[in-house]
Amino acid sequence: MPTTEEVRADLAEIVNEVAGVPADDVQLDKSFTDDLDVDSLSMVEIIYAAEEKFGVSIPDEEAKNLKTVGDAVAYIERAAA
Amino acid sequence: MTLKLAPGTKYAAILGFGGYRPRRVVDNAEICTMIDSSDEWIRTRSGIIERRWASDDETIQMMSVAAARKALDRAGLEPGQIDTVIVSTVTHLYQTPAVATTIASELGAKSAAAFDISAACAGFCYATAMADSFIRSGASKYVLIIGVERLTDMTNRSDRSTAFLFADGAGAAVIGPSDFPGIGPVVWGSDGDQAPLIQQTEPWDAALAWDTESYRSTEGDTSWPTLRMEGNPVFKWASYTMAKTAAEAMDAAGVPSEDLDVFAPHQANMRITDAMFRALKLPSRVVVARDIARQGNTSAASIPLAIEAMLESGEAHTGQTCLIIGFGAGLVYAGQVIILP
Repeated sequence: MPTTEEVRADLAEIVNEVAGVPADDVQLDKSFTDDLDVDSLSMVEIIYAAEEKFGVSIPDEEAKNLKTVGDAVAYIERAAA
Repeated sequence: MTLKLAPGTKYAAILGFGGYRPRRVVDNAEICTMIDSSDEWIRTRSGIIERRWASDDETIQMMSVAAARKALDRAGLEPGQIDTVIVSTVTHLYQTPAVATTIASELGAKSAAAFDISAACAGFCYATAMADSFIRSGASKYVLIIGVERLTDMTNRSDRSTAFLFADGAGAAVIGPSDFPGIGPVVWGSDGDQAPLIQQTEPWDAALAWDTESYRSTEGDTSWPTLRMEGNPVFKWASYTMAKTAAEAMDAAGVPSEDLDVFAPHQANMRITDAMFRALKLPSRVVVARDIARQGNTSAASIPLAIEAMLESGEAHTGQTCLIIGFGAGLVYAGQVIILP
């Protein structure tokens, strides 16, 4: 079972690859839209890459509630448990 | 009694491409007079810098004939040699007759079999598959296929999600017998469960009664059906499910990514092209069609227009392998590897 920090770091790498945001900026309290400037299409790509990476399913209706990096990490941890 | 069969031919190939781009260039500043958006937003979300919109005289018929003449010239054929004409369009506003018949007639392909198909943005690849089969079976010898749209006739100019995207144009190809396999096996299909993701807002019979109170109340000030699209689910489907279909088309043709020269997907959105390219893990030397930047999304016309431009500019060359994939309303999809003429 990966730690919260490991999930955050892996997700940060995805956000960096898809949207070019420096991985160190991808911290739990950051909002994807407001702080990291991730647009809706990049968010679709991030969710897809996270599903592949962590082997979880994130339905569209859940994905739209993932406002912050912390929301996404918590969802992935619950879904993978 | 055993019936005699047409002999057919072993292989078919595309012999020439041709395109028609409407005269009028519409930049993002003009679009922003119609919708609340910005040049920067449109460029980052779609890669579109400008698009072409047809004027009144640039009809489906006129654009198709112009594109077809160029394709015939490049194929070195006379119109009279064409025995089959297939037109893919979703914006020919006559229910009948098929526009393919009058296009054939104006070109001088007098007695050609002629019909329209409705396969939206996958139409060019559907028609390519049909032409390949017709020629190899002996049903046809030289087939003219045309993807043509006036999407702006069905665009809601105040819809922020589509007004900047849709455009007009025609792309044609001539397909005929060949001494090498020029068209790989098609990988195609549909998913009608997802039809509501991209569709016409209302059937035509509702438009006949558009001045009734109930129609106005559902469609606001729009007095005509338009094309509506749910961007994010379509983006996800196009980028990932279609990347898998594209990979299957390469497998089916026996072309590994190291042997692919050109990638020409339907020009739906630059972000979809980029995401597919990443998902397919194509080598960076593969030339990628990016015609959408100057042309917008022209549905069935986009692939032949993009390939014609790459051949003209010298970015792509005769004999190269090219992966084409069309995907759109239906949902429908089709992809194959072709050898460029």
